[in-house]
Amino acid sequence: MDGSEAEIVVDDPTAPAADSPAVTSTRTIEMLSCLALAAFAALMAWDNWRTGITWASDGPKAGYFPFYLSVILGGASLFGFVKAFLDKAAAADAFVTRDQLRRVLQVFVPTCLFCVLTQWLGLYVASFLLVAGFMRYIGRIAWWKSFVTSFVFAAAMFLTFDVAFDVIMPKGPLEALFGR
Amino acid sequence: MEALGLLLHGFQVLLTVKTLSLMLVGLVLGIFVGVLPGLGGPNGVAILLPLTFTMDPTSAIVMLSCIYWGALFGGAITSILFNIPGEAWSVATTFDGYPMAQQGKAAEALTAAFTSSFIGSFVAVVLITFLAPGIASFALKFGPPEFFAVYLLTFCSFVGLGREDKHKTLISMALGLLLAGIGMDTVSGQLRMTFGQNELLRGINFLVAVIGLFGISEILVTMEERLALRGHVARISLRVVWSVWKDLPKYWVTLLRSSAIGCWLGITPGGAIAASFMSYNLAKRFSRDKDSFGKGRIEGVFAPETAAHASGTSALLPMLALGIPGSGTAAILLGGLMVWGLNPGPLLFVEHKDFVWGLIASMYLGNIVGLAIVLSTVPLFAAVLRVPFAAIAPMIVVSCAVGAYAIQNAMFDIWLMLGFGLIGYVFKKIGIPLAPFTLALVLGNRAEDSFRLSMIGAGGDMRVFWSNGLVGSITTLAIVLLFWPLIAGAFARLRGAKPAHGET
Repeated sequence: MDGSEAEIVVDDPTAPAADSPAVTSTRTIEMLSCLALAAFAALMAWDNWRTGITWASDGPKAGYFPFYLSVILGGASLFGFVKAFLDKAAAADAFVTRDQLRRVLQVFVPTCLFCVLTQWLGLYVASFLLVAGFMRYIGRIAWWKSFVTSFVFAAAMFLTFDVAFDVIMPKGPLEALFGR
Repeated sequence: MEALGLLLHGFQVLLTVKTLSLMLVGLVLGIFVGVLPGLGGPNGVAILLPLTFTMDPTSAIVMLSCIYWGALFGGAITSILFNIPGEAWSVATTFDGYPMAQQGKAAEALTAAFTSSFIGSFVAVVLITFLAPGIASFALKFGPPEFFAVYLLTFCSFVGLGREDKHKTLISMALGLLLAGIGMDTVSGQLRMTFGQNELLRGINFLVAVIGLFGISEILVTMEERLALRGHVARISLRVVWSVWKDLPKYWVTLLRSSAIGCWLGITPGGAIAASFMSYNLAKRFSRDKDSFGKGRIEGVFAPETAAHASGTSALLPMLALGIPGSGTAAILLGGLMVWGLNPGPLLFVEHKDFVWGLIASMYLGNIVGLAIVLSTVPLFAAVLRVPFAAIAPMIVVSCAVGAYAIQNAMFDIWLMLGFGLIGYVFKKIGIPLAPFTLALVLGNRAEDSFRLSMIGAGGDMRVFWSNGLVGSITTLAIVLLFWPLIAGAFARLRGAKPAHGET
């Protein structure tokens, strides 16, 4: 050992509590997902049946291959539904606890807002708002740190994609102001 | 040796300032990706793919594959120092790596991990260099029935050999193949499964789905966990490196066995995760001192790291030679090939020699340079973990959105990515594997085309898949693998019934 060790400690003050009550069980979600998949398979099977699942003179029609895939998907999903239904032991497994769901939504809801804002304000402004808002309100990081970090990040993204690599992103009024 | 000459040519392609600097950038980004929670090899590669759209294919693949090598190296850092596997394939590394770090031997453990990673991928690259051209030239004789049989083999082996519930693998695969078919039918030009939606005419882009499935959903899953961490950062001195390297010959059996396991599971769709666990368990079983495993034994670091890297690297062999990826990340690189306008498959070796051999040469060089980088800069990368996740999570979200949008310049794709993020989150939590989905989505159209072309050629006669020895044996093997659990179960029962014949 050459004594040049540094300790890294990162804390997570808003971590989900281990004893938080379950919102729903894995079994319920598994059954719901299987039903949704089976419904999707039925929809796809119907559409492909409409397109044509028989053989034309030059081989199978366009719906042939996907039709049988929908049948496989539907069969496997229904099997999964029955299997999850019979598996009473899994009913005790928590799919997500209340604390966990809160944290997941803390990321998911801002992400959705970010996507909506991207349509109106352009990607760079929206990403500035997302990073700054997230750091400030969810990470509880000092506002000036959040502000500076997200500004540097948005500017770096702009320079990398728009200026250096010519990858065009959605833009809004601010970019128009600068004539880009 | 023809391969050596071509490899030398590959190095010539590689040795330009531009390519070398892209390689360095790729490696550093990759190590970051590997170290950060909520980002892994597949989504790192998928998110950074848009950066390469304007590059020539050789530079692009060199940079992307270096991101992949970097991620493989980076995964070990957090496993050993913080007991947090940055990647699923480095879970087995924590078993002995973290105890070593606690005993003050972090530098030794890291050196062992990096060195064995290097050895693993080196063995795999040598395998690719000498095997891939042969397989590719053999595959040049393939017609549509043979190709369909190979696709079938890939899909069936996923179902038959995967560790997940069979029906869940099947769901994942059928859904992927189905979504791949949305949009314009490539054979007849007919529209299907679009329900009159203009946005669906283009079909569901593979990379958009991958960014959502791996990038967004990974952040959601990561947020559920407690993100606190505590650990020491070790600086690796030359003395430590030398002391570990000097002992390497003692462990040649472990290294060789783990490389072999890794290569095998990388080429077949077993994957790096299975390889690392299997090789750890075998190292333990063959050891004379089983009890010392899990308490900080250096072999417990050597075995999983060698196997994970050998597997991650050799997964590129079927991708290069046949156009069939051996892992999720290889599937994304394959998606990249199509974006750059290359047609994956055995013809690559004939039509794009510069590309293929440049890539193979970059595997050699990338691993050597990667080893040097990680050995010298571990404290720097470990310090990245000081950045709070509240700052990293939104940045990853933005990068995902940029990646999804850039592929086809469509706002719809950002929404699609979000949808796939939710699907991926639910699938991960109810145990539906994502790798078969990825593979099915990227291969779906090609599998269907080869099926329909064989049908057209044979006038609708299914027997075309048994029309000659080659295609017949591949198809039969595929069906055997599909029902492998049943067949293995039957064998086990026979053995149980007749113990006299059973024990061999």
